[in-house]
Amino acid sequence: MSSREKILGAISINKPELIELPVIDIKSTSVLAADWVEQFTKTLESIGGKVIQLSSIDVIKEEIQQAKIGGEYIVNTLPILGEVNNEINSTMEASLLETVDRAYIEGSMGVAENGSVWLYEHQIKNRLLPFICQHLVICLNVNKIVPNLHEAYKQIDVAKEGYGVFLAGPSKTADIEQSLVIGAHGARSLLVYLISE
Amino acid sequence: MNPKNFNRLFFVPIQGASLSHSAAAEIFNKDESRTDWHDETLWFVREKRDKAVRQIAEWEQLRSLGSTIKDHTLSNLDNYLAEFEKNAQANGIKVHWAIDAEEHNEIILKIIRDQKVEQVVKSKSMLTEECHLNDYLAKRGVEVVDTDLGERIVQFRNEPPSHIVLPAIHLKKQDVSETFHEHLGTEKGNNDPQYLTEAARQHLRTKFIHSQLAITGVNFAIASTGGFVVCTNEGNADMGAHAAKIHIACMGIEKIIPNAEHLGVFLRLLARSATGQPITTYSSHFHQPRVGQQMHIIIVDNGRTKQLGRPDFRSSLKCIRCAACFNTCPVYRRSGGHSYHTAVAGPIGSILNPNLDMKANADLPFASTLCGSCSNVCPVKIDIHVQLYKWRQELVSEGYTATGKKVAMKGMAFVLSHPSIYRVAGKMGRWMMRVFPFIINNKSLNPWYKQREMPEAPKQSFRDWYKKNKQ
Repeated sequence: MSSREKILGAISINKPELIELPVIDIKSTSVLAADWVEQFTKTLESIGGKVIQLSSIDVIKEEIQQAKIGGEYIVNTLPILGEVNNEINSTMEASLLETVDRAYIEGSMGVAENGSVWLYEHQIKNRLLPFICQHLVICLNVNKIVPNLHEAYKQIDVAKEGYGVFLAGPSKTADIEQSLVIGAHGARSLLVYLISE
Repeated sequence: MNPKNFNRLFFVPIQGASLSHSAAAEIFNKDESRTDWHDETLWFVREKRDKAVRQIAEWEQLRSLGSTIKDHTLSNLDNYLAEFEKNAQANGIKVHWAIDAEEHNEIILKIIRDQKVEQVVKSKSMLTEECHLNDYLAKRGVEVVDTDLGERIVQFRNEPPSHIVLPAIHLKKQDVSETFHEHLGTEKGNNDPQYLTEAARQHLRTKFIHSQLAITGVNFAIASTGGFVVCTNEGNADMGAHAAKIHIACMGIEKIIPNAEHLGVFLRLLARSATGQPITTYSSHFHQPRVGQQMHIIIVDNGRTKQLGRPDFRSSLKCIRCAACFNTCPVYRRSGGHSYHTAVAGPIGSILNPNLDMKANADLPFASTLCGSCSNVCPVKIDIHVQLYKWRQELVSEGYTATGKKVAMKGMAFVLSHPSIYRVAGKMGRWMMRVFPFIINNKSLNPWYKQREMPEAPKQSFRDWYKKNKQ
């Protein structure tokens, strides 16, 4: 008998009688969408991220130009922000991605209660990019903020693509004496532009 | 090697192999200021949890949902595992089944040898700790680099993690500084956590970039979609899994949840209970290998189906490994994780480990005051303190307790069931404490006096006082 059969067989003998699956009946908070933006901002900033609201993307375009002139390796993945870095694809080697100073990525959705942003694989171009870049910038439509994770899971399809992530802030650790240090293995900073254009 | 011998060899804890919890705790307690620091630091984490929890009005509703979703899943576990397997395979993931630790380790070794892998990185997985994977591979010439900062620190020091969320919580920054000076060449005496973390970042980035195979744990596996979720704050699971050509994710059978919507409940509970964060920095959802990558999942039993068959203890399998019960436990905080001599320490470990090996872990259910704080903070409402109490009875009836304790308990039972003898014994005790206190408060004769002082004995019992004053 294979291990698979042994395990499944033992479970069917040892499991208790069927218990009903509960319905998730948590009411979404009744606060207005404008408050979700405020809560998202407050929460993300409390966990080390930065949030800036913009009514025009020109500011970001200018920022990218300036950084490029300064000699930084900037990766832009959003056509609306200008030239896209086509060298970034799903099979790019880690040793090349490691040289990225700052990456601009589009987010799908923000979650007010925990300050996280959902990213689909097609938005990040390469699964390593949002982790291996030194600094991460996410552009998110301000109307794409939902109150909590229950609402978020109603709207995203986790299995639509091979990979997706809720990303909340810069990489961090407190493994040495519980002292918070930002910039463990992933990006050292996270900036979210909430765009209302 | 048969599984029994394997367990003998590998289930022996690295530190304090022959020491019971109380003996190891005694050593831990010798450094009083460090014990106080450990106690206060973990209580601080517990307070952060309280602060986060109070911001969620529906917290108790979430706990009830989390608990019932897990109860349901365990009651239909075989079907969910089969559904998960089918969907994962359709997603291009290779699914393996391991009956015990040995088979789990063999599967990984075979993948490593078949693919001629030399560089292996691993993010935090308590299951691989439980299976002693690193030791197994090291003995066969394969080095595994742990990439969680806390785990890397304890790996350099040849120690096991002392906490499932905060692996190096038993160490001070001076200890880490010395370890990094020795292994990474950092400045001697530089104890700055920022500096030390940066050194680890640089060191581990090269490991990530050159690794060929990444091992991760699994926080949740979704039956209906055949995908799994891995949560970290550092980003090490992602750095490893996305850089390597092969990703192996290891999960116990109890990690299954029915649907993606249930993640909404568990991700809200997990990080708030663990560290007081609203969510971990990265909650990564894996459904397919990336182009050119191999993805494997190993589904492991290792005693879990047996625990499922114990009605009093099966709910321990609902655990989502947040460690809230560690941080709140007065015994854990003042005895340290290594005193539990098992991969999962703390109150939850004390109800899981006797199932794996009753004899070796017979001391653990007694490492508790039964205060119930663990059950109160558990995000999936496991009645941990009730199970600790039930394990004690199970262990005594199976004959796994020390003779001294057995004799004392029998004597106690006799005295308590005979009121006149109880009264005489009480009188004698009070008289002894007044006249010959050195006999009672002698630490080597009476372990109750270790780290404790007792109030002075009253002249009369409550019963005598009541008889005199009842008008």
